[in-house]
Amino acid sequence: MQQWKNFSKGFIKENAVFTLFLGLCPTLGVTTSAINGLGMGLATTFVLVMSNLVVSIIKKLIPDKVRIPAFIVIIATFVTVVELVMKGYVPALFDALGLFIPLIVVNCLVLGRAEAFASKNTIWTSVVDGTGMGLGFTMALTVLGAVREVLGSGAIFGLKMIGGDALLLFILPPGAFIALGYLIVLANMIKEKTT
Amino acid sequence: MIIIAAVFVSNIVLNQFLGICPFIGVSSKVETALGMTGAVTFVMVIATVVTYLIYSGILVPMDLTYMRTITFILVIASLVQLVEIIMKKISPPLYQALGIFLPLITTNCAVLGVAVLAVQKDFTLLESTVFAIGNAIGFGLALITFSGIREQLDLLQVPARMKGVPIAFIVAGLMALAFMGFAGIV
Repeated sequence: MQQWKNFSKGFIKENAVFTLFLGLCPTLGVTTSAINGLGMGLATTFVLVMSNLVVSIIKKLIPDKVRIPAFIVIIATFVTVVELVMKGYVPALFDALGLFIPLIVVNCLVLGRAEAFASKNTIWTSVVDGTGMGLGFTMALTVLGAVREVLGSGAIFGLKMIGGDALLLFILPPGAFIALGYLIVLANMIKEKTT
Repeated sequence: MIIIAAVFVSNIVLNQFLGICPFIGVSSKVETALGMTGAVTFVMVIATVVTYLIYSGILVPMDLTYMRTITFILVIASLVQLVEIIMKKISPPLYQALGIFLPLITTNCAVLGVAVLAVQKDFTLLESTVFAIGNAIGFGLALITFSGIREQLDLLQVPARMKGVPIAFIVAGLMALAFMGFAGIV
């Protein structure tokens, strides 16, 4: 029960994007389609879970003063792993996400969880926390990507749904800001209902 | 050319989506926005030059380019520390003004983003420096204008659920729309 709460908080109550406003750069940058959002979300989840795992294992070995640089090196290692794997197996997605893959290193969500959660909790709890927060982040990115894709090109996951012209604006940068603004309002309404 | 492109056409915040966290986080007052811009400009230019030299001087000849991400983030993190220490000694007033923003810069993706972009685009050293300066100006322009708008926004009546961050995003969207008007001038 405790673990379930720990896992599910990442979806709405402490959702990285809608509530904590962490990791906004990739959120806005890659969500031109649902599939890009999903790919980016899963890549970030992997890094988040692995870095939470490693940080919680070695938390007692790291002197307090150098803990931030140590965390960053751990995170950067896993980001490099993701970078090489994606380049090898899904080159199309790698090209679409581009600059934002190395930028997972500076995603405040990943460092934030390492510092605020994994460095203070047990291994298992940290992994559950990382998975929950990561999947919540993935969900947010996929939803935003889907909304922009439907409005901007009339398709979802690449499947054409609506014929004719769509609102091109939503694929372009301004649409990202506007769509996210309204999604946060929606998330706030859901939170009001559930509490 | 590089400067105009970086400041207006592909503005780092409104078009490339880098540095959104400080853009939303520290933009509620013009004063803090100015401080943040100063600190970012400083670090971004130095970081781009240093990472460029390390990349083309050490990583490329030794065939270690896959170490790029790790190296760059370490360089930026230690550079931020160094700048903080030097600034404290040399110019305490400047340190007072920019000090609190410096630690935040390590996780500002605009700094790492510009450094990575500069080596990806195969710029020369001079071009990279100009590119970094242009992007820093672009960041400042977006941040300061946005904070000006947000100060005015506080005085308006906004629907309760839209207060704060949601309305800020919608305003940013409209600003990005305005910046799209610059497309095609270079």
